[in-house]
Amino acid sequence: MNAKGTVFKFGDNVDTDVIIPARYLNSSDPAELATHCMEDIDADFIKKVKKGDIIVANKNFGCGSSREHAPIAIKAAGVSCVIAETFARIFYRNAINIGLPIIECPEAAKGIEAGDEVEVDFDSGIIKNITKGTSFQGQAFPEFMQKIIAAEGLVNYINSNR
Amino acid sequence: MGMTMTQKILAAAAGLEKVEAGQLIEANLDLVLGNDITSPVAIKEMDKMKVEGVFDKDKIALVPDHFVPNKDIKSAEHCKCVREFAKRNDITNYFEVGEMGIEHALLPEKGLTVAGDVIIGADSHTCTYGALGAFSTGVGSTDMAAGMATGKAWFKVPSAIRFNIVGKPGHWVSGKDVILHIIGMIGVDGALYKSLEFAGDGIANLSMDDRFTIANMAIEAGAKNGIFPVDALTEEYMKEHSTRAYKIYEADADAVYDEEYTVDLSTLRPTVAFPHLPENTHTIDEIQKMDEITIDQVVIGSCTNGRLDDLRIAAKVLSGRHIKKGMRCIVIPATQAIYMQAMEEGLLKTFIEAGAVVSTPTCGPCLGGYMGILAEGERCVSTTNRNFVGRMGHVKSEIYLASPAVAAASAVTGKISSPYELN
Repeated sequence: MNAKGTVFKFGDNVDTDVIIPARYLNSSDPAELATHCMEDIDADFIKKVKKGDIIVANKNFGCGSSREHAPIAIKAAGVSCVIAETFARIFYRNAINIGLPIIECPEAAKGIEAGDEVEVDFDSGIIKNITKGTSFQGQAFPEFMQKIIAAEGLVNYINSNR
Repeated sequence: MGMTMTQKILAAAAGLEKVEAGQLIEANLDLVLGNDITSPVAIKEMDKMKVEGVFDKDKIALVPDHFVPNKDIKSAEHCKCVREFAKRNDITNYFEVGEMGIEHALLPEKGLTVAGDVIIGADSHTCTYGALGAFSTGVGSTDMAAGMATGKAWFKVPSAIRFNIVGKPGHWVSGKDVILHIIGMIGVDGALYKSLEFAGDGIANLSMDDRFTIANMAIEAGAKNGIFPVDALTEEYMKEHSTRAYKIYEADADAVYDEEYTVDLSTLRPTVAFPHLPENTHTIDEIQKMDEITIDQVVIGSCTNGRLDDLRIAAKVLSGRHIKKGMRCIVIPATQAIYMQAMEEGLLKTFIEAGAVVSTPTCGPCLGGYMGILAEGERCVSTTNRNFVGRMGHVKSEIYLASPAVAAASAVTGKISSPYELN
C-alpha cells in the first residue's frame, strides 16, 4: 500500500481543536466535517488540498480532545497520509481505527517542506521525498494495523474476520 | 523488576501475572463512557458491527453534557440518537437533562467509578478517575463502539513518570496550580503514551476535588492516564458514593519509572497558563511584574474545576465583592447535586449578588460550544483545561487557564489577579 502527494507542512502540537473546531461537532457527517478541516490553523487548507495530498508535522500531532471527528475530517478532505515526529496517543488510535494511514518519523518531519512531492510505502515504512531526492525510514505498521488500514477501519476489519 | 500501579491494574484486567511496558494486552472493561459528541459516531460504528447488542447494559455510561440542554437542531438530533440507543439497549446509566452533569464530575459522584477499575471513555478527560486509584483513559468513538460491543479493549502497557508529592499547599493554592505547575515543567507532550503516577505523603494534604482536578489534566501533558494511590480519604469518598466493591492496588517498591520528580506543595504559587498551550505557565508573582493583562470574561466550571471545593473557593473570593463593570463572569456547577449543594450553602446567592451568571451543568464554553463564546480579540480567564487557538470561540480570542481563586479574583479586578491582591 502506498500514498503519494503534495505536502502541507505544520509545526508542533497541532491540536484537535484546530483540526476540526468544536463549533462544527454538532455534525458527524464526514463530508461536512471535511469542509472545515484545519480551518483554525490554515483557513485556505480545504481550498488548496487535493486528493492524495500528505500532511507533515512536527511533534505531538493531534493533541487534545478524543474527537474521532479529527482524523475523519482529514481523511474525508482527501489526505492520504499524515507523517509526524510524534502523535498524541488518542489521535494515533483513532486514525488507525478509522483507516487513516499515519506514520511517525522525526527525520522525515525535518527533511520535508511544504509543497514537496512525497511517496510513502506503508509495508516498508520508507518515505521518499521525490522533490529533494531524499529518503527516510519511518516506523512500518505491524501486520494487524496494515490490515485495519486496508479494510478502511477497525469495524470493517472486525466484520471481515468473523 | 516490579510493576507500576497502572501496570498492576492492567495485568489483573488482562488475566496476567505480570505485564511490562510496551506489551500489547487485551483487558476486560469495568465501564465504557460516551457523551453527546462522541457517542453518535460510536453508535453508527456499532450499527455496522455484526453484534446483537451491548456487552453489559450496566457497564455503559451515556452522558449528554457537551451541547445540552440542546444548543441547536443538529445537537438535538445527536442527543436524540444517544437517547434512543440507550432506550433500545436498556442502558442503566443514561443521564437525561435534569439528572445529568459534566460526565467526569458525575460518574464518581454516582459511584460508577471505583479503585481498581479499568475504564475507557470517548472523551479525553476520562483520565479523571485516576484520582480514585482506577485506570481510566480517553479513546475515540470506534474504540468506544468496540468496547460497548465486546467489553474489552487493547492497550499498549505504558511506562510511567513518578511524581513524589510532599509538603502542604499555601493559602489559595489548589489542585489546579499543582497540575499546571507539572505541565509547565514537563510540557504538553512530556508524558506522551505514559502514566503519571503520584505518590508521597503530601497527597494527604490534597482534597478529593484537588485530586480529580490533577488527574483530569494528565492528558494535557500527553499522558495515557494519571493515577493516585488509595488512602483513607479515597476510601471514605467511595464508601459515601458507591456500593460497588473496590480493589486497592499499590505500585511495587521496585517498580521502574522513566523519570521521577519531587513536587513540594509548600513552594507552589497560584499558576496561570497563557495562550495557546497549557504548558505556557507563569506564577502569579511573575504576572504581577508584567504589564496588566485585562480581560473580558471569566468562566468557573468544567470537568476540571466545577466541583464543590471550586465553587466554595470562588464564592469565598466573591463574597461581599462585585465583578468589575463590563466583565462577564459565568459560573457552571458541574452536576445537579453540586448545584443543589451550592444553593443550600448560599454560594449561588453570592455569585449572583456579585454579578455573575449561574448556568445549568454543561461543558458549553470550555470547548467553544455555547454559553460564553468569545469574540475577536477577547480574553478570558477560565478554570477549564485547554487554551488552544479558537478553543472558546474566535481564532483571535485568548484563554488563560487558572484556578477558581485566580479566576474569581480576576473577575473582580478585570485583569489577571490573585486573591492576595484584593483588600
